[in-house]
Parts: sequence; C-alpha cells; structure tokens
Amino acid sequence: MTDTSPRGADGVRLDLKLVANMVRPGARVLDIGCGDGELLALLRDTRQVDGRGIELSREGVSASMARGLSVVQGDADTDLADYPTDSFDYVILSQTIQAMRQPKAVLENLLRIGRRAIVSLPNFAHWRVRFYLGFVGRMPVTEHLPYSWYDTPNIHFCTIRDFVALCREVGAVMEQAEALHANGKPMGLRLPWWCWNLLGEQGVFLLRRIDR
Amino acid sequence: MMDAGIALAPWQMAYQTYGELNADRSNAILVCHALTGDQHVASTNPVTGKPGWWETLIGPGKPIDTDRFFVICSNVVGGCMGTTGPASLNPATGKPWALDFPVVTIRDIVRAQCMLIDRLGIDTLFCVIGGSMGGMQVLQWAASYPERVFSAIPIATAARHSAQNIAFGEVGRQAVMADPDWRGGRYLEEGVRPAKGLAVARMAAHITYLSEIALHRKFGRRFQDREALTFSFDADFQIESYLRHQGVSFVERFDANSYLYVTRAMDYFDIAADHDGVLARAFLGAKTRFCVMSFTSDWLFPTSDSRAVVHALNAAGASVAFMEIESDKGHDAFLLDEPEMFKAARGFIDASAKARGIA
Repeated sequence: MTDTSPRGADGVRLDLKLVANMVRPGARVLDIGCGDGELLALLRDTRQVDGRGIELSREGVSASMARGLSVVQGDADTDLADYPTDSFDYVILSQTIQAMRQPKAVLENLLRIGRRAIVSLPNFAHWRVRFYLGFVGRMPVTEHLPYSWYDTPNIHFCTIRDFVALCREVGAVMEQAEALHANGKPMGLRLPWWCWNLLGEQGVFLLRRIDR
Repeated sequence: MMDAGIALAPWQMAYQTYGELNADRSNAILVCHALTGDQHVASTNPVTGKPGWWETLIGPGKPIDTDRFFVICSNVVGGCMGTTGPASLNPATGKPWALDFPVVTIRDIVRAQCMLIDRLGIDTLFCVIGGSMGGMQVLQWAASYPERVFSAIPIATAARHSAQNIAFGEVGRQAVMADPDWRGGRYLEEGVRPAKGLAVARMAAHITYLSEIALHRKFGRRFQDREALTFSFDADFQIESYLRHQGVSFVERFDANSYLYVTRAMDYFDIAADHDGVLARAFLGAKTRFCVMSFTSDWLFPTSDSRAVVHALNAAGASVAFMEIESDKGHDAFLLDEPEMFKAARGFIDASAKARGIA
C-alpha cells in the first residue's frame, strides 16, 4: 500500500516476494485490493500465474490495466459474494484486511472462493506501535502506517494474535505463517506467538478451510 | 437465415478496412458501430464530410494502431449505408422492402459480420470492439463465436436492453410513424420522407446520449441569438436550437425505416434469455479476454449494466478487466476524447497483442 515498503536488490517489495513464494506456479490467483498490480505482475512474470484482481481506486485499476492485467474495479466488501466457490487456487489479501468494513466476512469469502487464501497484514502489536501508543499516548504514525487517525483507510487494525484467533473462529487452518521484520525480512525462527506479536512488523499467512 | 425465420437472399454488406492483414491472419480487429453509426470509422465520411466517428481511438499510432492491426468495420444489416436494409430493393417486388424487411436482431447482425470475416479468410479475430449497440455486438460475438474472438472490448453497453431504453426506442418509432409522410413505410415509392418524425425521434434520443451536467455546461438556460424571451414557440433557448439542428442534420443522412429496424434490434437484445435466463452460461468456458468499460454519467447504459456483465464473466471464470471511467459527458463519452479510456484500451490491447504473439 505504501511506497516506503522495503525492497530487495531486484527492486521487488520483500513482503510481496514472500507472498509470491507461497503461490504454486501456473495457479489461478485472485488478488483483492491489488493496487497498481505490482504483485499480480510479479506473479505473472515469475510464476506464470493466471491472475485476476479487484481494486477500489480508479488510479489502481488504470495502472493495472496499463500493465495488461485483468483487474476489475470493485469493492471487496460487497463484490466477493458474486464469485463462485473454489474458482481460484489462491485468493490473496495483501495489506488490505485492515481497510475492510467487514474483515470477518471478507476472510470467510476468501476461504470460500479460493482453495487457499494468503493474507498479509500490518501487526498493530509490534513493539514500535506499542511504544508509540504507550509512551507518546497518541495513535501511531510510522513509516509504514503513515496516516493520521482521522484520514486513515485502515479502520480495522488488528494484531497477529487477533488474526490467529479470527482464523480459528472461521475455521481456517494455517498451513504456513511468517512474521516479517521492519526491514521486510522474514523472522524465520519458529518463535512463540507472543514473540512474533511483539517483534513482527507484518504477518503473512497461508490458509485453507478446515473442512478440506 | 435470420432470427425472424426468413432467409434474406441476395443481400450485400458494405465495409471498410484499414491497415494490413498480417501473414498468419492474426491481427484483425472488428469494430462494431452503434445505432446510427456506419463503416466509416477512421476515414472521412463520404456523406457528411466529417472525420471517421472513432478517429480518436483508431488510426496510425492510436490505441488501435492501423500500422499494426487490420481494422474492419461494416455497416449493420438493416442499416442504410450500403448493407441491405429496408430501403434496399425487394427482389420479389422490385420495390423497396420497407416494412416487409424481416425484423433484424443483434444475432443476425453478428451472423452477417461472421460471414464477412469468413470471406476475408480470417479464422480468429484478435479483437472485437464497440460501444453502445456496438458493445452489444461485441458481447454477442463472444457468446456466439467464443473460439473466434481472442479479446473483446464492450464499452458503455449491456447484455440486455432495459425497459427504459425500450421505452425511448418506442417514442422514437412512434414519432416516425406519426409523420403523415411515413405512408405506412412506403415513403420512398411515393417520393416523400418522414423528415419531421425522424427528426423528433433523433432529438428525443439525443437527450439520452448526454447528461444533465453536460447540457447545463454546454447550454444552460442561454438564449439563442436573442436578448430576451420572445413569448412564442421559436427556439428561444440554445438547447432547443441545438436539438433542432441535430434532428435536421440526422434526417439528411439516415433512413427512417432503418431507424425503426436498428432500434428494434436493440430492444430484442437479451443474451441471458438465450441461455435459460443465466447470463454467465453465455460465457462459460470462454477463453476470450474481456475489457469492459462504462462511464459515471451514462444513464442510458449505466455502470450497473456493465457490472452485470462483469459479474457474469467472473462467474463464468472468464478473464475480465473492468473500469468505470469518470466523465460528465453521458453516454456519448465513448465517442469523445476520454484519455482514461484510451489509456485503458491501449494497455489492454498491447497486453493482448503480446499474449497473441503479435509484434
């Protein structure tokens, strides 16, 4: 969502690279809130993915179309219900769930439409956020969360542990989970959730429905 | 054989081409014209002397680049610019067909275009593009001949004509038929023309192509060549004068019976009805890449109509891009200078050309 995200030597956003690595080559992918299509283009060019996108902003759709991507202007909060069950191998929600009006309903739709869902989110329990809130006493404005509380599109912040709890509630199985440092690098170690929740700047999750 | 159950023979089709067909015949783009359009899409119209109706989009270096693509545009069946229509001679009587001409459907129009494409030796069209009634033909192409359409760009259109649009069509037709010079459709034989009726039909229709904002900006309540109201039924207001001009100039280039037939073709259009009422079934398994566009101020073919198409395409698993373009110019926006539309079309066409292996 922000241009300040850390990028690798090849210019590719590290969090997108991590998401892309979870996708099987040649798969059918739906990217919800695809922005200017950077992830979809990456998946197409490096993983031969048959990709589709949904994007709310006209600028994002226009930029995606200019990249030759099949992106539909629409609102994930309302439009996902129209997609048939199991119509994609992966449905991706990258750095977007916190901007949804109904994150739970969106997550349920993700798990219904895709055989797998990949969700990445900014962790509101990261120590820097906690520090800001605890010691400055104001809503955090950081490099990666640059908005003031009154004009932020991020209306449903959550923490890594909150999201893990929501996954349990909607019957999602976590096949893979990664926490990312502020520099965009995966933490790698299998640490307890409380540790990830404190040190992870982002969480990335590969999910599927429990009944599969 | 037409949908009306009548075989039309002989018949002819008028068409224009631009650019050159490549060696493997893979670079052909079919442009479908709207209600009162014609085949002169990218070159001067011989009747009106005006530039081609889509020269903003089509030409050398334009999004539809005639240096790269072979562009075809044909006059619809039932039209009056060279393709057989109600003003053509009925071989059985030696007189103009008039209302004996079979009612034409969008399917008929597309079937005829397909015969032209066969004749030109083209197996698969690289792209079919059109706005409004042209967009209907694009959707019909994708539904009827999915394996022959590599990519499709339906703009400002719908998969079926709405009740409101049928209503506008009926007002236009009744205006034509109410003109005493219409003579039950036999005006050509009697050497007259229902010019008044057709002009009124065009005036009413023209309002639906614009938007309230565009009308206000262009005309407001400004007077036409006068300082004050005249307390008469002269064209006091600029908008009246403009509409009268639109009506009168339309009559010079369009046949009244053709107007009845092409508006009827739009009324009858309902792709879902051909597929048990489920639009998605029309596109099931489609390999065609779609790029759907609509305009915010278009109330004749509102964005909701385009969204219905997009939802059906998604449900059918088709590849679809969709953008609602911000414009206050109403339905006519698709014919005007809309940079966002050109940018999206260029991006889509270039990416499709890459996928098709066209340099």
